[in-house]
Amino acid sequence: MAGPAMIEIQHLAKSFRRGDSTVEALRNFNLNIAKREIIAIIGPSGCGKSTLLNMIAGLYTPSKGRIVYKGSAVADVNTDVGYMTQKDNLLPWRNVRDNIAFPLELAGIDKAEREARADAVIKQVDLDGFETRFPTELSGGMRKRACLARMMLYGAETALLDEPFAALDAQLKLAMHDLLLRLAADNEQTVVFVTHDLMEAVTLADRVIVCTRRPAMIALEQAIPLPRPRDVLNVRFTSEFKELYDTLWERLRAEYQEERV
Amino acid sequence: MTSLDDKLENLAIEAPKETSGVGMVLWQTALGIAILFVWQGVSGRLVDNFFISNPIDVGRRLAGWTLDGSIFMHLWATVFATTLGFTIGAVIGAVLGIWLGVSPFVSRLLNPYLNALNALPKVALAPLFVLWFGLGIESKVALAAVLVLFLVFLNTFAGVRQVDQDLIDGARLMRATRMQVITKVIVPSALSWLFAGLRVSVPYALIGAVLGEMIASNRGLGYLVQFSGAQFDTAGVFAVLIVIALLAMALNFVVDLVQNRMERWRIVSR
Repeated sequence: MAGPAMIEIQHLAKSFRRGDSTVEALRNFNLNIAKREIIAIIGPSGCGKSTLLNMIAGLYTPSKGRIVYKGSAVADVNTDVGYMTQKDNLLPWRNVRDNIAFPLELAGIDKAEREARADAVIKQVDLDGFETRFPTELSGGMRKRACLARMMLYGAETALLDEPFAALDAQLKLAMHDLLLRLAADNEQTVVFVTHDLMEAVTLADRVIVCTRRPAMIALEQAIPLPRPRDVLNVRFTSEFKELYDTLWERLRAEYQEERV
Repeated sequence: MTSLDDKLENLAIEAPKETSGVGMVLWQTALGIAILFVWQGVSGRLVDNFFISNPIDVGRRLAGWTLDGSIFMHLWATVFATTLGFTIGAVIGAVLGIWLGVSPFVSRLLNPYLNALNALPKVALAPLFVLWFGLGIESKVALAAVLVLFLVFLNTFAGVRQVDQDLIDGARLMRATRMQVITKVIVPSALSWLFAGLRVSVPYALIGAVLGEMIASNRGLGYLVQFSGAQFDTAGVFAVLIVIALLAMALNFVVDLVQNRMERWRIVSR
């Protein structure tokens, strides 16, 4: 997908100090992401994918290199992105509705409107009936959906998602995939998501980035030229899908094998 | 009714059943009555009545004070000093705890001084408060407040430091202002710590008030216990101690009630 670069990741590196040793999470990472592009980042677990999202969100500062977001380097918390972290960060003292409406509350939108809007997305993520429940009363998958609903309602121009659908059953996963694609298209969002699920990556993304094991570097970039809008259920049965999937799978398997050695 | 055999068999397979709520209350009442009987029996026989008085005299003293209404004046004075001192100390302690909790520079700046003040036995400040605030209720309020203040401050401060950074980051990404982060994330999150601080400091508010009254006063339970002691009135001392204990329990009950209301999500999670 052509377009002006929304996010430019330039020579990015990140190391963490743990006691006396340093852990290198990311090394010389270069990637340009266009506006409205959907990027899937895939790679061995613990390879630094989450670190990358944290840096795009401005929560971590790079050790080397930089991230340019819409022309300016990310230096502080990037409030133009919505970030769905791997661990759900719902506020435990707020019920589902108040959690989902939280960003609207912060923006000063009045109670009646924000609750109406929250209830609309609650329906879309299939959480109706749970509006007044507290996060501790929900299953892991339900909490993830609440986080997703919150991020969608917030409608940030860029959505970062860290293994957003890992805890969902297959049926619900498909519904969420469909929802994500529709909302991203409606809100003209740029999406960067991390996943372990190759099927999910190929289904949703315009481009799949395969990372090496830590320190994460780009092992392979694969454009997914499947037409949009995509039918998340049926797209996987097309021969183009199968070809792309197999190519990526081969490369990914090589990465995983290296890890095991 | 189960036969003894059945009971024995049950014992063999499973742990003995816990006594039910009503049953336990009966046992507790029985223990209380037994203690009163032993106390009455020992008094004047094994131990001089002068030292331990006896339940009947203590009961008479309580009844007398209740009937002539004099106990209520003292009780009210102590309750007033305790609650006012508690409130002032809690508010200042909580505000200070939150403020220092979110201001790393100020907290590091003040750290040695706060440690010194905290290490100081606060009751030693009593004479100073008498000088500053006089013999009236103000000096008792001040002593109760300063005891509460440090406990609430330390707990709130710890609570604020303990707040999940992910929640703060999340709110900041959602464009929360610094003030919104404090009021909508940090304070609610630290609330259980704040309440733990309030909870433990209730008895200290009472200690502060009673102690203040003992040092210089003409009313309040502290005054009454001091006065009774000075009169060698052991029954009076015991009577006041019972009133103070009941007051302390009543205060704890109120704190529990408020806490349960404010923390539904925690109760729900159990």
